[in-house]
Amino acid sequence: MIELKDINKTYNNGQPLHVLKGIDLNIEQGEFVSIMGASGSGKSTLLNILGILDNYDSGTYHLNGTLIKNLTEKQAAAYRNRMIGFIFQSFNLISFKTAVENVELPLFYQGVPRRKRHELAMQYLEKLGLRDWAQHYPNEMSGGQKQRVAIARALITHPQIILADEPTGALDSKTSKEVMALLKELNRTEKITMVIVTHDSGVAAQTDRRIHISDGLIVND
Amino acid sequence: MKDLFVEIWESVRRNKLRTCLTGLAVSWGIFMLIVLLGAGNGLLNAFSEQGGTFATNSMMVGGGWTSKPYDGLAQGRRIVLDDKDIEVTRGKNFKGIVDKVASTVGASDTVVLGTKHVRGYIEGNFPARMEMEKIPLTHGRFINDKDITDQRKVVVLPDNMIRILFGEKVDLASVIGKRVKINNLQFQIVGIVRANEMQDNNLFYAPYTTVKTIYAKGKEIDDLTFTFHGLETEEENEAFEKNFKAIINKLHRAAPDDESAIWIWNRFTQNMQMNKASGILTIALWVLGIFTLLGGIVGVSNIMLITVKERTHEFGIRKAIGAAPGDISKLIITESIVITAFFGYIGMVLGMVACEILDATAGHNVTEVMGMQMQLLKNPTVGVDVALEATLLLIIAGTIAGFFPARKATKVRPIEALNAN
Ligand SMILES: Nc1ncnc2c1ncn2[C@@H]1O[C@H](COP(=O)(O)OP(=O)(O)O)[C@@H](O)[C@H]1O
Ligand SMILES: [Mg+2]
Repeated sequence: MIELKDINKTYNNGQPLHVLKGIDLNIEQGEFVSIMGASGSGKSTLLNILGILDNYDSGTYHLNGTLIKNLTEKQAAAYRNRMIGFIFQSFNLISFKTAVENVELPLFYQGVPRRKRHELAMQYLEKLGLRDWAQHYPNEMSGGQKQRVAIARALITHPQIILADEPTGALDSKTSKEVMALLKELNRTEKITMVIVTHDSGVAAQTDRRIHISDGLIVND
Repeated sequence: MKDLFVEIWESVRRNKLRTCLTGLAVSWGIFMLIVLLGAGNGLLNAFSEQGGTFATNSMMVGGGWTSKPYDGLAQGRRIVLDDKDIEVTRGKNFKGIVDKVASTVGASDTVVLGTKHVRGYIEGNFPARMEMEKIPLTHGRFINDKDITDQRKVVVLPDNMIRILFGEKVDLASVIGKRVKINNLQFQIVGIVRANEMQDNNLFYAPYTTVKTIYAKGKEIDDLTFTFHGLETEEENEAFEKNFKAIINKLHRAAPDDESAIWIWNRFTQNMQMNKASGILTIALWVLGIFTLLGGIVGVSNIMLITVKERTHEFGIRKAIGAAPGDISKLIITESIVITAFFGYIGMVLGMVACEILDATAGHNVTEVMGMQMQLLKNPTVGVDVALEATLLLIIAGTIAGFFPARKATKVRPIEALNAN
């Protein structure tokens, strides 16, 4: 599913900062993986490369057999839309759209008709226990609810991979557990590959495979 | 499509005041454009109204003064046209170009009815001159062929002279057939024309032959007018005039290249120049209007830039979940077009209302300029064509205004956009 070979990434604003120093990593279809490491170790950078939100300097990245390199922004958008679902620490919901509108949005960019995508979005919200919150705006919801809306939005396009960057980082411990349980269940039932970045060992403990990253290298898998 | 407009509405709704303030600049720009074009049209309409009282494919020729000595004669000699000139104009020299020729001859005289009298200029005319000079007949008829052959004593009078003779409130139609006295002879009124507001010399018409006999004019004529065809360009017209002058000058023992021995008033080239001038005026007004509009466009472009900057994070989210650059720029450019078109239409409608008001007020004012009665504006409005052109202009303007903000938004990499805040 995901094959990384010798990935290097340097940030070049002002002082060059070599963040990823040769990452080799394979993740198979259906795995439930966590990436751990200290703050600033390059976890988010790695995840952004996996999500084709950012590019890398050298090495190769194959996603589902396709080499992800020098894509046009249009191609990258299509891959993100169809293959990848994102979950962020800060939810990244659009504040002036209701929960259901937020969930619909990925389908809008696939050209799905309004009625159809509304129906699907309602189904996913219902599945995540948010039926009654469909018409609410993000600022009317709790952190756990917002993250569940984000999960619904990530799921609605049937992605093969879900990439989550500290999905529980802004939640209390009880809600964290619920969200992790939800992700685990989705991994089990829908066979979606999950890659979760966290620095919380409690969260990592719930995953099947833990990858430790330190100083731009994988130190423990 | 509906989704697009929902998105735009969401965006505009969040920035109502800002959008309105900039939108008004666009309204103002289009308002100015429409009013300028309307006033320009009014000017042009008034212009062509005054110039357009003759057939445009005609030339009028009259005698002048020689400007150089020739054939033993001194310069400064007065040239008077005569019957010979008519024949030559009609003759083989200008065959295939000159169509109808009609000369006039006239004298100042007084028209008398009982104790009332009015001074004017009696001009002997041929029937064809009515068409050539677009003489505005309102009642009765003009001179006809029988008047010419029988040397009938009939007149066609302007309405202002009729009113002086028959009283202000006279029913014009009832005057036809009545008699007046000119040069102590009875003349029958056969027609009435609208008085020319630009001239106050009380010109009126009688048969050519009658005037020639009564006033003992001999061979002399005042001027001659002829219609022509086949001279399409200014160069062709110039060459013809030069040739014409050379031939007529010779008949009067004036130098062939003497420019002022006779004068030619070519309505065709005059009309051509007028069309050219009005074309230039129209272009100038468009340019002026477009520059005014440009201020509005820059304004819209600016708020779009601010909006794009504020929405960077949101666009980052959209990109992360699959929005292509085209989706983002479509959103911005359409928003820009919608704002421009909406406020532009307000400006356009107000501009048209202003034109109507102008038409209702200044459009009917007759001003006196250098002793001539002139209407400065006539029908100062714009047509549907201008409205359509302005609409097109607005859409183009909106696209341009949205272009740079859109490019800015699509250029930001998704990860940078997501991290922005
Ligand atoms: N856009 C960027 N420009 C420059 N430096 C960056 C950028 N993003 C991250 N960094 C730096 O790269 C390092 C790794 O960042 P990150 O991948 O976010 O780490 P983590 O997610 O593990 O905390 C940090 O030192 C961070 O300051
Ligand atoms: Mg991080």
